[in-house]
Amino acid sequence: METMANTLPFERAVTEHGPRVLRVCRGILGTGADADDAWSETFLAALRAWPDLDPETHHEAWLVRVASRKCIDILRGRARRAIPIDILPERDSPPTPNESIWAHVARLPEKQRLAIAHHYYGGLPHTETAELIGSTPAAVRRAASDGLAALRRSLNPEDFV
Amino acid sequence: MTTDPRTPPVDPEDLAALHTRLARAADANGLLEIAYREIDSPVGPLLLAATPRGVVRVAFAIEGFDAVLTDLATRLSPRVLRAPNRLEATAYELDGYFSGRRTAFDLPLDHALSSGFRARVQGHLTAIPYGETATYAQVAAALDNPKAIRAVGSACATNPLPILQPCHRVLRSDGSLGGYLGGLPAKEILLALEGR
Repeated sequence: METMANTLPFERAVTEHGPRVLRVCRGILGTGADADDAWSETFLAALRAWPDLDPETHHEAWLVRVASRKCIDILRGRARRAIPIDILPERDSPPTPNESIWAHVARLPEKQRLAIAHHYYGGLPHTETAELIGSTPAAVRRAASDGLAALRRSLNPEDFV
Repeated sequence: MTTDPRTPPVDPEDLAALHTRLARAADANGLLEIAYREIDSPVGPLLLAATPRGVVRVAFAIEGFDAVLTDLATRLSPRVLRAPNRLEATAYELDGYFSGRRTAFDLPLDHALSSGFRARVQGHLTAIPYGETATYAQVAAALDNPKAIRAVGSACATNPLPILQPCHRVLRSDGSLGGYLGGLPAKEILLALEGR
């Protein structure tokens, strides 16, 4: 059977899914050069694969999975280089509600950041996140809900007085 | 105001900078098969598209830019990205043309969208000088195919590189305008610009 070629202009995928992919990258890596690198590598890899992509592919989920792999590679690279990300100065002081939400996300433990980035920002089910990050669906679900609760508390402290 | 932590905002400027970086990386890696940009002109917004070999498409707004990009993706390659750099010289020469400073174009063209007799007709159009016109019959005769008047008309109607390959300079034998893929008002504007 003849396979159909992908005939969607790649620009549409960038416009439509670029913001979501950036949220995923920033959720996992924080705002800055690493997230920018992950976003760029994601779309460059996607562009390379684009003409041969099965036209039935759900582009959003596919891009989020590619971004997930790029981000986890960068996280591992950081761990190998032993950059002490858990003692960045900004983490010493509690976040204020007026700070960018990304500063609040960056203060969450890595497991919670991964769960939130994949599920809430990336739109993936917990089962798929678990496969991508090497965890269990139950642990991912718990990390996502704990992380979201922590974010709500630090963003809107007046609601929790 | 309560911030929803499930949909944090991303700055459109950050995304624009990332897009620019992506276009540059795509080009450097040989993956920018079709670069495009839009420009404003006296005949309305124009879409310009180029492969690494040259300008492959100039389109008028009435053709529908989304439809034109989908057509390029289908016929040439879906590796289509907004990437203004590759079309800088094209935009510059068109600007010179529309402001009356330029009467001919010196740009590499990619004829990938044309073949056969249509390609011969479209290639011949640049032989009609700025400010002059020819009839569909004259073009047919010049290509040693004097009966192919309708075929010349359809070649003009499907010219992928209007303005650069000046199909607006081809008229009916009775002096009436004939057709134009950019709409007759655009043809009139271009002929008026050239002093016709």
